[in-house]
Amino acid sequence: MADLRDLYQEVILEHSKAPRNYRELAGANQHAEGYNPLCGDHFTVYLNVDGDSIRDITFQGSGCAISKASASMMTQALKGKSKAEAQKLFERFHKLVTTGEANGDRPELGKLAVFSGVSEFPVRVKCATLAWHTLQAAIEGKQDPISTE
Amino acid sequence: MTTAAKIPSAESASSRLQIVEKAFDVEKVRRDFPILSRDVRGKKLVYLDNAATSQKPRAVIDAISRYYEEGNANVHRGVHFLSEHATGEHERARRTVQKFINAPHANEIIFVRGTTEAINLVAQTYGRTHVGAGDEVLITAMEHHSNIVPWQLLCEEKGAKLRVAPINDKGELMLPEFEKLLGPRTKIVAVAHVSNALGTVNPLARIVELAHRRNIPVLVDGAQAVPHMKVDVQALDCDFYTFSSHKMFGPMGVGILYGKAALLEAMPPYQGGGEMISSVTFEKTLYNKLPFKFEAGTPDVSGAIGLGAAIEYMNEIGIDRIAEYEHELVAYATQKIPSITGVHLIGTAQERAGVISFVIDRIHPHDIGTILDQEGIAVRTGHHCAQPIMQRFGIPATARASFAFYNTKEEVDALAQGILKVKEVFA
Repeated sequence: MADLRDLYQEVILEHSKAPRNYRELAGANQHAEGYNPLCGDHFTVYLNVDGDSIRDITFQGSGCAISKASASMMTQALKGKSKAEAQKLFERFHKLVTTGEANGDRPELGKLAVFSGVSEFPVRVKCATLAWHTLQAAIEGKQDPISTE
Repeated sequence: MTTAAKIPSAESASSRLQIVEKAFDVEKVRRDFPILSRDVRGKKLVYLDNAATSQKPRAVIDAISRYYEEGNANVHRGVHFLSEHATGEHERARRTVQKFINAPHANEIIFVRGTTEAINLVAQTYGRTHVGAGDEVLITAMEHHSNIVPWQLLCEEKGAKLRVAPINDKGELMLPEFEKLLGPRTKIVAVAHVSNALGTVNPLARIVELAHRRNIPVLVDGAQAVPHMKVDVQALDCDFYTFSSHKMFGPMGVGILYGKAALLEAMPPYQGGGEMISSVTFEKTLYNKLPFKFEAGTPDVSGAIGLGAAIEYMNEIGIDRIAEYEHELVAYATQKIPSITGVHLIGTAQERAGVISFVIDRIHPHDIGTILDQEGIAVRTGHHCAQPIMQRFGIPATARASFAFYNTKEEVDALAQGILKVKEVFA
């Protein structure tokens, strides 16, 4: 049986209570809105992109512990990374939360590995990936809010 | 001498419920529902998501199986034995529904797919013929999306305006505001009997009276009312009443539109096809009489029969006894759940049925739902297809426990224990 503590790891609870980079970004030149109609989660991801490099990244909005912690840790992981690196990390993260397997990705995933428990709770995968999908939309410059449904 | 007066209200609600529970014999009722004896995630199932869909008694499951094993044929078509038999059963179910809501005539009972289709039917037929540019449709701020969107579509098409009567902080309709919004351009009022997200019971008699004084017809979304209370459409005097089978212990995929015969007669058909016609040539089609005019295509015969069986089952227990038992059950939950520190009810209307919606400080409803699920407790979390209500209360979502007459005091206590577990995880 799936264990709740696998899902609600201390690090996740801590980030959900005190999310990092939780603010509108003054010098943002790209942003996007993401929405999960199933549970009403709603985030905006702000980016300051210089060429190919993510110079700064912040977020704002409301959501469950999983989605908020995921957004918070995503912003920490991506500051200073290139767009391609961000995309690659999302792929690894997506594989982690859907299969629970990190395998050789563990070094790149770093702290994000705490989300492996999400795979035991398939309905929560959308919570864990909402901020990442929103990031993708921001990078691609999508105008309409994206939805997980 | 004064001890009785000092008993806290939660205690008295608890002891009152214990007495009613025994008289109602809820354990006997539970044995009629096969699914209630199963385990979920290694725990005893505590099913508190009845407002989403109810469970089905053996009598309903058997009626549907029996139809397919012994009675299946298309209706209103053949001269053969089985077709005649299936037609008879289908029409008997219609009369069972008629008596259930005390409709004057069986031909005022239209079988549809559910409440949503019933409302769309009225919006697309009555609505499209009576609502024009500049006209208004009046709903309330506590409607389910299915009693908002069909009217929005209509208003968009016609250049009409959707007006919304506000609710107060308890989740009650503000009647004086509602009355003010009834104007010369109001062509129809559409209102929930019981709110699916808050449990509020609307003062329908008063609403209908106010609308009728201005000759405005009233459609009622009764999906959350029929499982919990006696509904009498003649006493209510509403013009349309809609509900779903699956929320009242019948099968999914079938529902009812009741309409006053004079209104239904004057309405154009909804969909074209078989059964709804009396004769067809390429030049002109004559429509069938009521109720068949609105029942194009082969109906869900097993669904109608299953709904009939559900009503007969409820009648056997007694709607009044169901209402009385549930009243005590919800009263107990209403006191017990918000007595936990940090837990707040959303929707505290004086008149409520079936539902308690709640939030916990600093814990998102989705997390509440996942943790309760690990305890075998099924609740709904989210906006309950009523996003405007969430906006009204300034919250993204709630957790909702919704009850049926097979739920018990023990299950309310399990929910309370589950909530303590939620708080423990987030401590």
